[in-house]
Amino acid sequence: MSFLLKTKQRFAKLFGGLFKKKQMRIGIYGPPNAGKTTLSNRIVRDWTGDAVGPVSEIPHETRRARRKEGVKISDEKGNSITIDIVDTPGVTTKIDYKEFLEYGMQPDEAVVRAREATEGVAEAMHWLREDIDGVIYMLDSTQDPFVQVNIMLVGIIESRELPVIIVANKNDLPDASPARIKSAFPQHPVISISGLEGNNVDELYEKMIEYFG
Amino acid sequence: MIQGVQIDLISSERLENLTTLEKVRLILEKVMEGNVVVLEKGLTPDEQSFLIETTMREITPDGFAGIEMETYSAGSESSHKSGGLFGGLFGKKESSTAGRLTVIGPANQMKTLKKDKDLISTWVSSK
Repeated sequence: MSFLLKTKQRFAKLFGGLFKKKQMRIGIYGPPNAGKTTLSNRIVRDWTGDAVGPVSEIPHETRRARRKEGVKISDEKGNSITIDIVDTPGVTTKIDYKEFLEYGMQPDEAVVRAREATEGVAEAMHWLREDIDGVIYMLDSTQDPFVQVNIMLVGIIESRELPVIIVANKNDLPDASPARIKSAFPQHPVISISGLEGNNVDELYEKMIEYFG
Repeated sequence: MIQGVQIDLISSERLENLTTLEKVRLILEKVMEGNVVVLEKGLTPDEQSFLIETTMREITPDGFAGIEMETYSAGSESSHKSGGLFGGLFGKKESSTAGRLTVIGPANQMKTLKKDKDLISTWVSSK
């Protein structure tokens, strides 16, 4: 190999390392119990064999943002992206510990869960302002999407000019209405899936490669 | 003694001169006292984000439980007000993304808060 070629390769490696684009951090956002951790677990399990965190039907099971680094997603055509997946606590404007008592929790336990949940929501908002490069916004398609917290969150994401894919989750349930979510957010791609059953997640992976790649 | 709820209607002029922190403090202080706040002009997305974060930090067991909020989206009206091409090029981004009339109140007193296309209605209980 000639001296010139070797030198060129060394410079390319050096500058490539210096200016290499950092890995995109994709935040999974949405209201409580939309299925954010179920989807995070599915993505991470499908592509790394690992998991992100536990799930529960009691709201605010996820009370800390959890990041899984270097998740490589590929499609059949050979396209791929490598991203960090950030599973975030469900965003809300109110938390009352008494809500958890209805699930059979003891008052002390419910108060601690509520306090951790408030810290988690604040942390999720902070991540969104500072450290997130793209968003998967999860909605439960059996619920009304036209609630203020969704409108507000999507507005915040838009104002930061972050790419966003809306996921209409729980399409395996009889009351699911992904069409209602599409009509609520016509300006963004909406993918209907079941994170639990795995319905249509391949379409989501293709859209993630196209959108975040 | 007459039971009631205080409603504070805050003009856009009053809000315009405040920083994000001051706006959020003003709103939360009133809401935490049990008042319903009506803003003539809404908050920007960044201010909303900060309001959620600060609200979470103020929640206490058997005390303040958070807020309920409804607003008319900025929609087409604000884009018309942005001043056309030059407004778009040189105008303040914050003002063009700010919402319109906004109602904010304590979550444990606002039993219902709903918005139809052009009507926000709420039922508020006293403390």
